[in-house]
Parts: sequence; C-alpha cells; structure tokens
Amino acid sequence: MPDAKSTSAEAMDNLISQKVVTLPPSGIREFFDLLSSMEDVISLGIGEPDFVTPWHIREAGIYSLEQGYTMYTSNSGMPELRRELARYLELHYGVNYHPEHEILITAGSSEGLDLVLRAIINPGDEVIIPDPCYVAYPADVTLAGGKPVLVSTNARNNFVIRAADIKARITKKTKAILIGYPANPTGAVMSKKEADAIAELSKQHHLPIISDEIYARLTYGVEHICFPGLPGMKKRTILISGFSKSHAMTGWRIGYVAADRRFIQALTKIHQYTLLCAPTMTQMATIEALRNGEGEVEKMVQEYNRRRRFMVKRLNNIGLPCFEPRGAFFAFPSIRATRMTSEEFAQKLLLEEKVAVVPGTAFGPSGEGFVRCCYATSFASIEEALRRMDRFVTKRKRRSR
Amino acid sequence: MKEILEVLEQNGRATPEQISAMLDKPVGKVKKAIKQAEKDGTILKYKAIINWPKLEEEDVWALIEVRVTPQRGVGFDAIAERVYRFPEVYSAYLVSGTYDLSILVRGKSMQEIASFVAEKLAPLEQVQSVVTHFLLKRYKEYGETFRVPKETNRRLPITP
Repeated sequence: MPDAKSTSAEAMDNLISQKVVTLPPSGIREFFDLLSSMEDVISLGIGEPDFVTPWHIREAGIYSLEQGYTMYTSNSGMPELRRELARYLELHYGVNYHPEHEILITAGSSEGLDLVLRAIINPGDEVIIPDPCYVAYPADVTLAGGKPVLVSTNARNNFVIRAADIKARITKKTKAILIGYPANPTGAVMSKKEADAIAELSKQHHLPIISDEIYARLTYGVEHICFPGLPGMKKRTILISGFSKSHAMTGWRIGYVAADRRFIQALTKIHQYTLLCAPTMTQMATIEALRNGEGEVEKMVQEYNRRRRFMVKRLNNIGLPCFEPRGAFFAFPSIRATRMTSEEFAQKLLLEEKVAVVPGTAFGPSGEGFVRCCYATSFASIEEALRRMDRFVTKRKRRSR
Repeated sequence: MKEILEVLEQNGRATPEQISAMLDKPVGKVKKAIKQAEKDGTILKYKAIINWPKLEEEDVWALIEVRVTPQRGVGFDAIAERVYRFPEVYSAYLVSGTYDLSILVRGKSMQEIASFVAEKLAPLEQVQSVVTHFLLKRYKEYGETFRVPKETNRRLPITP
C-alpha cells in the first residue's frame, strides 16, 4: 500500500505553482517565529505606527456601521472619497488628478502595487528596483511574471538609487522603474536633484516610474518630492500611496493609485475581478481622515521626529554609525564594527539582550552590514532598547581587543 | 522653547540630555531654557499624576459651581482669591455661563466637604449660591486616562 501521507504531500507539491514554490519566504517571517517564543522583548522590528488611529477617524468608521453602510461601493471607490483625495493631493503636492478618471481606491497600497505590476508586466519583463527595498517589491514583480532587477544602493549614496546606476541596468526588456521614497527599510528620502535625474532618464528611455509614496507625510526637515509633481512627469508616473502610515490606519487596509486615465481603467479591470472595492466602512473613515486629520498627522510627525533624533544620536554614540534618515520611521545603522553579519547581529541581540531589530538582508543583499530599527515605539522603549544595544556592542568591543 | 515645554508636559522627568537629543539642540541651551522657565513661572512645578482610587482609601472630590457678586475695581479676582486660598480647593476656574467659579475640592470624607461648603464657602459675603457635585469616577485628567492597564499593544512583534 502506498504511504498515504507522502502521496498527499506530493500531490500538494504538484498543486502549488512553480512560481510560488520558488518564491523565497520573507526574511522577516523566520525572525518572527523566533521572537514569538520569547517574552519581554523590546521590539524595534515593527513596521507600523504605535499610535492607534485617531479617535475621530475611528468614530467615523463606527458611525458608518451604525448607519448601515455595509454594501459594495463603486469599484473605483466612493466618489466623495476620490474628490477629497484629489483635493488632498493638490493641497499637499500641487498635483491635479481627476477624481473620476485618474484615481482608484484600493485595499491598502499593497493591493495597488500588485495591480500595477500585474497590469504592466508581460512574461519576462524586467522591473528595476532599489536594493535594499520593501520586501514586497521583488516578490510582487515575480508573482506578476516579471523579473526584478536590483540596483544596489549603499551608505555612501545615503541609500538613494542613482540615475546612472539605473541606466546601466536598462535593457530591451525593462518595463518600468519602481521606487519608494521615503524608504522602508532605510528611512532615506530622495533629493530633488536625484529625482530630476531619474525623471530625465524616464523621458529618454520612455520608461514609466512607479512611485510608492506611502511614507510621503513622514518627512523631517525636508520637503517630500512627489514624483508626478515633477515637470512633465504626471503622465509618466504611477503614484501608489495610502493612509496606513500618515494616519496610523494600517489595519483598515486603504490605499490608492493615481495615474493616467487609461492606465486606471486597466487597473480597475483587475480590481473589479479581485477585490471589487475597498472596505466601505474604511472608505467612510478615510473621508473623515482627509477632511479633519491634519492636526493629528502633524502631532504624530512631530513625535516621530523627536524619537528619530534621539535614536540616531544614540546609535552614532554607541558606535553603530547611522546616516540621518529624513523620512519614514526607520533608522538603518551599520553594524560592521561588530564584525557580525546582519543576521548574526539581530539574532544574538535578540537572545542576549531581548531587543528585536530586523537584519538588513531581509530587504535585499545590499542590506548586509545594516539592521533596521524602527522608532515608532514609545520613547521609554527606545531608550531602554538603546541602553541594551550599547551594552551588547561594548561587550563585543572589549572581547575583540 | 515651546518644544521643550511640550516634552516636559508629557514627561516631567525628561532630562536635559534626553530633551537635547530629541530636539537636536545643545544641552546647555536646553538647561538654560528650563532654568529660565522655572524662574519666570512658565514652569510652575513638577508633579506626578496619581491614580488615588488605587489606594482604595476614602478620598472624596467635589466639583462646585459657585455664583458670586463681582466687586468694583477687581471684578472676580478678589473673591476668587478668597476662595482658592483654602487648601481644600484643588483647582479653581472662572467660567462663562450660569455660574461664575468652578472649583474642584478635595476632602477625606463627604462630611469634610459638606462642612467646607457650609462653614467656609457659602458664608462668604460675595457668594450668592453653591451647587455641589460629588465626583463618582474619574476617567481622564491632564490628558491621561485612568484605565489600567492602558490600551494594550496589539501590534505584531515584527512586521515588514
């Protein structure tokens, strides 16, 4: 009699597509399992705000349920929300999108990214992305049948992708350039000069820019460069963003794509067959966020900024040199002085001092030698975590002497 | 300056060194600014917010609405001062509306507060009437909620 168990395992292996079988699991996942088995860990490994969604936004969500807004909305999202969003984009970035034709409301910017990549990629097409980058970029490109082409960035160029480096990787198969600034995991922001150079490249090579600007509102002392706002770039840019980070709305799953009308039509086709529409109560809450959320956003940004300065200063003092991250809520210090790999550092730090950071390699090979530390956590926790990290690093320095 | 005060308002125990790192200002400047604020009365005092009911001892608070007659030349200030000088008065405000002073009074028992009202507050010449509301429960004070434990952290320990 055949072994029933192995047969079913085999059948399962056959069931799952090659694309998914060969897709590497997120580096964050393995770490998560180790962490879940421990207690009293201070985690600097979380990639979301520590603030709860502001009450007035939550209240609007509750109200929408009370009033019975529980049906599908238009595929593109509620017209009122799209109008508010168009107004918001104009107000903050000076870009004009037609609310009816150029905006699609998605279930988080993650859905937006997936839709965009599926809409543009033919089998074998290449998409240029910075390395290190948000974990979903290469995975989503692969799942859409494309090939991610990683362009390395490093501490010398403050982890901002250079036009010249992109140019060197452009081939006949290149379909688009996918960038995300302010960046996860590095906290890097793109300067006007670099953005202009990339815009120029996009024009020369007729390559669209997919710009993930989910952290746009979280910049410190610098103005965010909104890609479609650059001269001549609106029609060449696909803007992806959402409210998870700016309005502390991660669990609500709400985002959007803004782009040329024909492109939005193509995205809507996929969206209507998969998601249909973003959750209705979430859309109602987001209308409130856009209308009356500014005060809270500014308060949160100010608070992040204080923690950011404190963390960056302490990291540099400890001997984990860190360039100044001007956006998002991450610091990306170098751990080379400890002569450990990122993974080793993160693992030993967790086991010895119960502090969780994410190894830079979880975000791509160029993340080696760095770890991601998130400062979206209470000041007291940041302080204690850094005290422990100081002890951890000092111990190693003594040993190596 | 305002930023330093905002940090201290949130955490009175923040050290000049911490504040200096948070705001990216030299420690010397922060120390000087704090000293100045303490001197000129911008910072009145550093205190703790205590959750007294935790002690499960009798501790009675009352919010009292006081209607008073203002006096020529000094308006409400003179009578307000006569009222807030009593150590039983924890806080005192002049308010608009149907009464004038809103005061929060603390005592060991209802009896103690009752006698404060009957013997000290109400007999004052300018006091026309008092309405006493005993506090039943506190939810939030100085921007802090009294719920313990606080809203728990519902975030996963690691997220992308």
